[in-house]
Amino acid sequence: MKSPLMKRGGMAVAALAGMALALTACSSSDGESSDPSGSAGAAGAESGDYSITFLPKNLGNAYFDTSDAGGEEAIEEFGGTYAEVGPAEAAPDAQVSYINTLAQQGVGAVAVSANDPEAICDALNEARDAGTKVVTFDSDTNPECRDLFINQATADGIAKVQVDMIAEQIGDAGQIAILSASANATNQNAWIETMEQLLADEHPDIELVDVVYGDDDDQTSFDKTAALLQTYPDLKGIVSPTTVGIAAAARYISTSDAKGQVAVTGLGTPNQMREYVEDGTVTAFALWNPADLGYLAAYAAKALIDGDITGAEGDSFEAGKLGEYTVDADGTVLLGDPYVFDADNIGDFDF
Amino acid sequence: MSARTWNASQTMLSRLGSFARIREVGILAAFVLVVAVTTAKNPNFLFSPDGFRDLLLTPSILMLVAVGQAVVIITRNVDLSVGSVLGLSAYLTGRIFVDFPSLPWPLVFVIGIAFGACLGLVNGALVAFAKVPSLVITLGTLYAYRGINVWWTGSDRINASDMPDGFLALGTDSVANIPVLTLIALLVLGCAAWYMHTQRGGRELYAIGSDPDAARLYGLRVTRRVLVAFVVSGALAGLAGVLYAARYGTVNSQVGSGFELEAVGAAVIGGVAIFGGSGSVFGAAIGAYLLMTINRALPVLGVDDFWQRAVVGALILGAIVLDRIAAARQVKRFARMREASHD
Repeated sequence: MKSPLMKRGGMAVAALAGMALALTACSSSDGESSDPSGSAGAAGAESGDYSITFLPKNLGNAYFDTSDAGGEEAIEEFGGTYAEVGPAEAAPDAQVSYINTLAQQGVGAVAVSANDPEAICDALNEARDAGTKVVTFDSDTNPECRDLFINQATADGIAKVQVDMIAEQIGDAGQIAILSASANATNQNAWIETMEQLLADEHPDIELVDVVYGDDDDQTSFDKTAALLQTYPDLKGIVSPTTVGIAAAARYISTSDAKGQVAVTGLGTPNQMREYVEDGTVTAFALWNPADLGYLAAYAAKALIDGDITGAEGDSFEAGKLGEYTVDADGTVLLGDPYVFDADNIGDFDF
Repeated sequence: MSARTWNASQTMLSRLGSFARIREVGILAAFVLVVAVTTAKNPNFLFSPDGFRDLLLTPSILMLVAVGQAVVIITRNVDLSVGSVLGLSAYLTGRIFVDFPSLPWPLVFVIGIAFGACLGLVNGALVAFAKVPSLVITLGTLYAYRGINVWWTGSDRINASDMPDGFLALGTDSVANIPVLTLIALLVLGCAAWYMHTQRGGRELYAIGSDPDAARLYGLRVTRRVLVAFVVSGALAGLAGVLYAARYGTVNSQVGSGFELEAVGAAVIGGVAIFGGSGSVFGAAIGAYLLMTINRALPVLGVDDFWQRAVVGALILGAIVLDRIAAARQVKRFARMREASHD
């Protein structure tokens, strides 16, 4: 799996949320991360230059092209030197040699999206001993191998944005259904649970009539969408918290009589959903903005190089146009609420 | 061969034919029953425009692959690589639209079929010349072709917006209320059935599947016929890949994984004997309709996901049990006929 968004979307989204959940789970065992980053902080400040290198999971990947372009924009703003290196394929240990080279070059910071949480750990720690700051984004390593992790979304944020979108699209009343990944997809299930809670608490007129599972398979998702429409003739909307599901549901509805009658929303990528946003099947869907993710990673790296922050909980730093951010437990910085894509902004994205 | 034994074998053949026909009627009845029950529960299943369209459209792609699979199984072989061939062909189709947007889109059909035929030729050549059982060969190419697909596709994905509208419309358009995909599938079925039932080459495929050694001794060109059967199966999987892209509008590296089992399942449910020599492409086609329609009907009937799979499994087991019983009866009947003819 190269970018979390690219291969099998749902699985990817699931993996991301898995990280988010894993991080929350880790937060109880805190206090470890500040130690190594504290000692390395002085060394980084001595180097003083803003040479920041982005190391995506692999090159030629539209998702990381977008995030790294966001990083480049930020680095230009504060007058640093941007570079991007990376393997052609997202193999678990493919990034190790790049990290070693960057450490020898003595770059100020590396912003890396880890192909594997373990495999690159030793290389990253060697780089940090040599004074290079390490920021992970998109995919984290184990917390003790990096200074900061820029987290794109939390489970609560993902659940809330989907409930908000469907409520807005159907006028806060009527029947909806959820088309999920597989029945045992831990992360989708966690989101669905939160969504059910939100619907019950804040949207009493919305009735969740069914949760069906498309197994992140186009054909199954297609058939499940068709079955939903037949079973619930009054259905007003379908929420699909998986990128495969939302595309399949949109494709089915775009060619059926239900087009314009049944809203489709959830988590999707702009390239996948462009067709259905343009033909009016889908008004809005969510994910995060990878450009902002890269942008924030670059500013976080700058703050680390400056020695303004060490990655300890409660540290705060300025991130240009995105405003001020505070480091949470385990050296994690949350990008913010998921980003909503619609007809007005989808043209700005290519991933 | 004396006139008398000739007559006897003719009777045998006609009885064989009528038995096979009964088998297909049975599958057809099961299909009608599933549709009737589901429609009784929810009239939209059949009577809404979308419902009627999906009923015909959804199984069409599997039907193409199942017809190819039936041709191979009838020769006492099996092609497990069809899912991977379908996936590669679907990605190739998308790739062509991305890399050569100026190419007229109907050409992708020719490319997809030719590409699938080439992959089928590899299977066929390995089976026919290397004399390794097709189960092993095509299990190997199942993984090999999928590996190539994953390596080639990587994290990439072909999206609906990458493909021309005319092509995508093919996936859902209808002519006189019959979806275009279904028409294509029926056309292919008609050709295959005509060839298998009336042409010498088709009958030889049955002969090869009934007894490959006897067929070889008799002077049939077994190697060549088996090779052709695999090419046909590959070509149909290739065509199915093109249609998959048109229908679903999204292609990633996992398209068609597991499709081989559905295709074999459809053929077996449709009465194609897994040890070759009997069954028909019609049966396989109806089997595909039954399998996919059950898949679609069970959620409408409110059956749990777990049970949906269990039902399909039970169906396949039932079909195989039925096959064994039928085969055992047939052996007895032949024995009786043989005795009668010796009197």
